[in-house]
Amino acid sequence: MKLPKARAAKRKRMAVLLLAMIGLGTAAALTLTAFDDHLVFFRTPTDVATHKAPLDRQMRIGGLVEEGSLERVAGSTEVRFRVTDLEHAVPVVYRGVLPDLFREGQGVVANGKLASNGVFTASEVLARHDENYMPPEVAEALKRSGRWQHTEPPGAKN
Amino acid sequence: MAPELGHIALILALCVALIQSVLPLAGAQARDPALMATAKPAAYAQFFLVALAFGCLIYSFVVSDFTVENVVRNSHSAKPMLYKVSGAWGNHEGSMVLWALILALFGAAVAAFGRNLPPGLKARTLSIQAMIGVAFLAFIVFTSNPFNRVFPPPPDGQDLNPLLQDPGLAFHPPLLYLGYVGFSIVFAFAMAALIEGRVDAAWARWVRPWTLAAWSALTGGIALGSWWAYYELGWGGWWFWDPVENASFMPWLVGAALLHSAIVAEKRDALKTWTILLAILAFALSLVGTFLVRSGILTSVHAFAVDPKRGVFILAILIIAVGGSLALYAWRAPMLKAGGLFQPISREGGLVLNNLLLGTATATVFIGTLYPLFLEAIGGAKVSVGPPFFNATFVPLMVPLLIAVSFGPMMGWKRAELGAVFQRLWVALALSLGVILLTLAVDKTRHVLAALAMGLAAWLIFGALIEWAERVKLFRAPLATVWSRAVNLPRAAWGMTIAHAGLGLMVLGITGSTAWQTEVIRLVRAGDAFDVAGYSFVFKGTQRQEGPNFIATRAVFEVYKNERLYAVMTPEKRLFPAAGSTTTEASIRTNLLADLYATIGDPEGAGQPGAAGPPAFLTQAGQDVAWTARIYHNPLVPWVWLGALVMMIGAGVSLTDRRHRVGAPQRLPQAALPTAAE
Repeated sequence: MKLPKARAAKRKRMAVLLLAMIGLGTAAALTLTAFDDHLVFFRTPTDVATHKAPLDRQMRIGGLVEEGSLERVAGSTEVRFRVTDLEHAVPVVYRGVLPDLFREGQGVVANGKLASNGVFTASEVLARHDENYMPPEVAEALKRSGRWQHTEPPGAKN
Repeated sequence: MAPELGHIALILALCVALIQSVLPLAGAQARDPALMATAKPAAYAQFFLVALAFGCLIYSFVVSDFTVENVVRNSHSAKPMLYKVSGAWGNHEGSMVLWALILALFGAAVAAFGRNLPPGLKARTLSIQAMIGVAFLAFIVFTSNPFNRVFPPPPDGQDLNPLLQDPGLAFHPPLLYLGYVGFSIVFAFAMAALIEGRVDAAWARWVRPWTLAAWSALTGGIALGSWWAYYELGWGGWWFWDPVENASFMPWLVGAALLHSAIVAEKRDALKTWTILLAILAFALSLVGTFLVRSGILTSVHAFAVDPKRGVFILAILIIAVGGSLALYAWRAPMLKAGGLFQPISREGGLVLNNLLLGTATATVFIGTLYPLFLEAIGGAKVSVGPPFFNATFVPLMVPLLIAVSFGPMMGWKRAELGAVFQRLWVALALSLGVILLTLAVDKTRHVLAALAMGLAAWLIFGALIEWAERVKLFRAPLATVWSRAVNLPRAAWGMTIAHAGLGLMVLGITGSTAWQTEVIRLVRAGDAFDVAGYSFVFKGTQRQEGPNFIATRAVFEVYKNERLYAVMTPEKRLFPAAGSTTTEASIRTNLLADLYATIGDPEGAGQPGAAGPPAFLTQAGQDVAWTARIYHNPLVPWVWLGALVMMIGAGVSLTDRRHRVGAPQRLPQAALPTAAE
């Protein structure tokens, strides 16, 4: 009586283990392929200007909106501005409504693709939610270009 | 006066929690009833003290006491009363006090309602709960004191972030915390069981109501947050796979797995060590969520300014809690006796499949959320993981799970015949196929995947209904019999039917809003007319509006359907002078089948929105200029949240099940096994 029960328990464990392996294997395969296709790399304006950023791949750029660069194309919803890390600037084109806290001279992060003419077409533009919050990408871009001058770390409020 | 009282109450609460985390546990180890009995008054005292502190904080906000730094930073005398109150927890310090309050509330609830708990288990559980309390109260007292004074007091406050001045967000944190912190009690139960070295059906039955309550609150919290993002951010979407969203979603997924594995532990005395592990993981992920949101390490559009130093403290709590509990688990879990056997094709097997898929899905969300942080920490490239990643990993794992949901309850315990289960489900299968064909016939976009997803939603809803119909013998017995069977059906069974149907409704909403959303972005001048998804919009122009603590420009759209006025939509852009920021207020018109969603942007030619002086959108209000408008038609989107609400109701109904209230569970596993139910 004891032996078959032990064997049944073992078989059950094996079945569960097998199922778990299949599940984890599928998840691992899915994750790896998805990483390959969908990982969005962050580039600084300097990367873009020095042709270190690939063309026609989804990427994220960050920096400050260059002072005086914002223009609205008459008769359309298109907006143009330049994102700068104070070393180089990238022209950005965006169709749509800019976030409420979008300002010239302030930090911005844009998702989109770079065309061969050097213009970045944004599908999404993100600004802060909070007056005192600097997107980490913007801080990163300024640090890499050596123009980081903040005396306090970003978001030192509260 | 109130701030000092609150501060002292917090410090006293910390002392009480320290005592509570030592004495009852020591008493349980030494089998000393007097020491164990200290747990109950200590739990009450801790709750009373934290409640007093929280009350003092709310009072300071209500009377706009600008000698308190926290009030200065997050309130304003002109702010509406609701947001003065909710401002108390709309900031870091206050939200941590709320966290501690809910922690103490759950402790006191176990002390009050756990009358039928064995004294040893109760004492140990309350001690563990108090240890968590010590950690968070120390965090508040030493790094995040909400009662710091400022001198000299400023004449007025800096106002709460306007995005947070919203009824949805006023109640989002309390619900979310009820969920997060609710898992702490389940965690404490798991730790107590490991210390005792005993997990049985009675234990599982004690744990289940707390899991249900926590999971239900978390469902509500996440749904409310997503609803807020939908109408307040003005982006037309409701879920962005943002790290902060994922942080609350992971404990929800593991909590759902725990909910199901606890059934097996209760009814079949199996999967016990697994259930304990899930209880640990659910709370660990709640702590991870708190750490991610409160430490400021996230690259997130949702992230608000936070202090990185505090992250280290929460990280320490996280490491001690997770490391300690997993070590205890590794040491004690092998001593737990394995329970009932079952075949792979059985109710237990179905629930194991549920757990595997939910666990794996949690793992993919975890990797997607933390991989960018990990890569950055080791000095790698700066990357972000967006919705496409989660669509490619999470969604494929959900499809088999959703298919399995309707099979599970049809299968018998221990062993089942798949063929027989199919026979009972053929009506649901036929109806789902019908829905797929109907969708393909009606849908002009011929979206095949969306049609299949609609079929999946129908499969969930009809599967749940048919299971219920079989139990009450609908159409097979006289109505009187059906009625009495329905009345006598265990509330847990009702809860399952409702929750599974709610999941189906949610899938319906997700599918509709993802597959058939229409977006129109265009410039509009007063008098312009245009069509969106069969509705005719006429832009009537803009006007200036004054609110209690904001100035707004309101755009007016008349919407016609079949030549008749259907709605007047009035999206706004608001300037909050005290906080110095602007928000977009979407105007939403729903008929429960679809939402019309309108937002207004900036006027044409506005060179620099919000530069020195009043922003262009205010100076141009009422002028004859072109504005950027963004209009969405979101089919079925209300069902995302209504589905979540139905799931919450299901969990709530299950919570009222008789067996959670009457019939003190016996520690003898045989007596604890129910015979009639299910």
